[in-house]
Amino acid sequence: MGEHHGPAKGLSRWFLTTNHKDIGALYLWFSFAMFLLGGSFAMIIRAELFQPGLQLVQPEFFNQMTTMHGLVMVFGAIMPAFVGLANYMIPLMIGAPDMAMPRMNNWSFWLLPPTFLILASTLFMEGGGPNFGWTFYAPLSTTYAPPSVTVFIFSVHVMGISSIMGAINIIATIVNMRAPGMTYMKMPLFVWTWLITAFLLVAVMPVLAGAVTMMLMDIHFGTSFFSAAGGGDPVLFQHIFWFFGHPEVYIIILPAFGVVSHIIPAFSRKPLFGYDSMVYATASIAFLSFIVWAHHMYTVGMPLAGELFFMYATTLIAVPTAAKVFNWITTMFRGSLSFETPMLFAIGFVVLFTIGGFTGLMLSIAPADFQYHDTYFVVAHFHYTMVAGAIFAMSASVYYWIHKWTGRRYNETMGKAHFWISFIGFNLTFFPQHFVGLAGMPRRIPDYALQFADFNMMSSIGAFIYGASQLLFLYNVIATIRSGKKDEAAKSWDGAEGLEWEVPSPAPYHTYSVPPQVK
Amino acid sequence: MCFKAKQLCKLVLYPAVMLLSILSGSAWAEEAQRWQVNMTPGVTEIGHKIFDLHMLVFWICVVTGIGVFAYLIYSIVAFRKSKGAESAHFHENTTVEILWTVIPFLILIAIAVPSTKTLIEIYDTDDADIDILVTGYQWKWKYEYLDANGENVSFFSNLSTPQGEIYNTEDKGQHYLLEVDEPVVVPINKKVRFLVTANDVLHSWWVPAISVKRDAVPGFINESWTRITEPGIYRGQCAELCGRNHGYMPIVVHAVEQEEYDAWLAERKAKAAQIRELMSKNFTLDEQMAAGKDIYMTACVACHGVNGEGGVGKPIAGSAIAMGEITGLINILVNGKAGTAMPAFGNQFNDVDLAAVITYARNGFGNNMGDVVQPIDVYNFKQGQ
Repeated sequence: MGEHHGPAKGLSRWFLTTNHKDIGALYLWFSFAMFLLGGSFAMIIRAELFQPGLQLVQPEFFNQMTTMHGLVMVFGAIMPAFVGLANYMIPLMIGAPDMAMPRMNNWSFWLLPPTFLILASTLFMEGGGPNFGWTFYAPLSTTYAPPSVTVFIFSVHVMGISSIMGAINIIATIVNMRAPGMTYMKMPLFVWTWLITAFLLVAVMPVLAGAVTMMLMDIHFGTSFFSAAGGGDPVLFQHIFWFFGHPEVYIIILPAFGVVSHIIPAFSRKPLFGYDSMVYATASIAFLSFIVWAHHMYTVGMPLAGELFFMYATTLIAVPTAAKVFNWITTMFRGSLSFETPMLFAIGFVVLFTIGGFTGLMLSIAPADFQYHDTYFVVAHFHYTMVAGAIFAMSASVYYWIHKWTGRRYNETMGKAHFWISFIGFNLTFFPQHFVGLAGMPRRIPDYALQFADFNMMSSIGAFIYGASQLLFLYNVIATIRSGKKDEAAKSWDGAEGLEWEVPSPAPYHTYSVPPQVK
Repeated sequence: MCFKAKQLCKLVLYPAVMLLSILSGSAWAEEAQRWQVNMTPGVTEIGHKIFDLHMLVFWICVVTGIGVFAYLIYSIVAFRKSKGAESAHFHENTTVEILWTVIPFLILIAIAVPSTKTLIEIYDTDDADIDILVTGYQWKWKYEYLDANGENVSFFSNLSTPQGEIYNTEDKGQHYLLEVDEPVVVPINKKVRFLVTANDVLHSWWVPAISVKRDAVPGFINESWTRITEPGIYRGQCAELCGRNHGYMPIVVHAVEQEEYDAWLAERKAKAAQIRELMSKNFTLDEQMAAGKDIYMTACVACHGVNGEGGVGKPIAGSAIAMGEITGLINILVNGKAGTAMPAFGNQFNDVDLAAVITYARNGFGNNMGDVVQPIDVYNFKQGQ
């Protein structure tokens, strides 16, 4: 091992750090803060929807809440959470001393907090914050947008720059810094899923940047990309947005697939059933993600041939996704299972993500989508994938690796309570939304017809329960860091495999200065 | 509202009961009901096909789900470390992996066939009996019945739920948020084609029971169609976020027998003809004041006050605009004022009504300018701009 020195003292440690573990931790804390912020917006939404009629907020503000909830959760909470996990774990998993470009790593993190501060500040601007939905369809987001839209465009640009730098760093690290002997087909699955995710990011973040730049031009420089009056087309915006947006949902979920593929074998004490097929399934999903974008737009009036193409391509996604689910369950089959918190969250992930997959298949059927589109059925579907998918996987990861990060054990009882309360709260929130959606309740409305009242009330109660359970999570994490039981074992879990379990716990500030040999 | 134990009980029990009764295929009323958990097949042939397709995929998911979850639960129960389970170390099995790739693929093909058929039918918008141009506005719908002889009938359709119900000062009616002042009327058993567009932002015209959802895109016209088999009142809402009052622009379709439709259309046409006739008439000041007052008291009073004293809107009594150049006043009524709450009324009212209310603004509230605005003045202004 080479020369060791510890972290710098004081705040400069965090501002100037180039250490992947520090930056990983910063990302994780930042994303949790954004999770609570985005969550509090959701609480306002659910409180207003507790009963029909307008009680707490005005429709303008309600629209700002739905918009900001989506933006903050997608770009502030879920994406940075997995980037944080990548920063912390990828070097440990591939036996690298740090990320390939540590200074750029610092920069890609430190762009985020000011960006989100700026984005959140739009809520206090004259005319209010962005109110056009997180998908910001033109012309509501251009000609008809509040002045704060310019600030929104700026923040999307900076977020995009941050994501692209993070992705380039991850690609460079994985391609160049694997320990001797670690061939591509020996890489841990989390590394594989992130490698593919990073390529998706590099491919589509510039498309998003293009979309917002065209908006900027339309708003301030008199162009008409998205206005028919000047020869443009509002639907063009949707095509560009979803060309980014559909790969984006896999950017969110692929790393989650990765961690679940670590946790299930660890607690089944049995190797992953089909490593190769997992890799191929991930790559297939990534490829398909580029050719299905218009399934978000079945009702915009595409020609029949286009509609059929996107329907067929979309249904195909079910094939690799099903392979993954079968793979996870077959890993558990004839294993030796134990059910610590990470495993509970991973199983919760498999069950609920599968339900989200089923509704996804239903939504892919274009004729039926004419009834589902833009209803709460869609809201239920994507929360089953985003929350029970990405966020459950993220919670599982924290419990799975927290001992490696801190050298301390978390409180198992509290962890399990967090899982069960989340699980019940989540389902109470989102399962009834399938019903109101099918019965005809549109999305993004601050008030609704009386027949939807009962399920909405259930949904709101569930949301408050789910929200509260995250405070328990926060408490458990802080309690672990401050006073969790110390344990110096390198392996947190007896069934866990991988290089990250070969360094002491907590992982020293510098690890793998000399690369390990992988057989 | 207080949350009673009885209600809590319902929250738990009803969904289960409803799920059973509905999935077993019980009959559907055309309106969404409390505790409704499933899509309505509606009152069109296409709607039933969509519903069947939806249920087909749903049942495939249920059966697959039962299989997958049974496998998962069995694994969880049977292979517990706490029960002394030893892990096997098998992995990779090409046969199994090929099977679980090919079987889902075959199921997808089985779904794709009926989906494609239904989609092709939905896209067949040819040979319509009636064409209705539907235009989305922030936040109302305009319907225009296109007539081969150019005798189009058009009107706006606004939410008619009182503000008091929305802000909880009055009890909410049965059709809260799903009621309009002017429903769109169509005959049953006729192919009705909707040409859907928008005036400002995106909207989406959706009525679940007649299985039509089409995005309204400003500058483009989308086509959709329906053939309703049962008379009735069918309700829907705008399905694309369109700004502040997105939740407050419902759609109501009255499906009636052909004779009733013909009578309704004839009456509408007569009214339109009457307005055309009135266009060339010269009204007296008294006539215009009386007619203008009626319009003012429904369309303007909320913002400008009973005595023109202002409120959300500017005062009209003594207003420089009301008492200035006539064209300035016509302009502001026809085009509205950008950046304020004053909407453009040019398309919402006919020229006869506009002329009356403009006359009222110039002469009411003590403004007493003494001049009369005629429908032709408004018409000429619109033509000249």
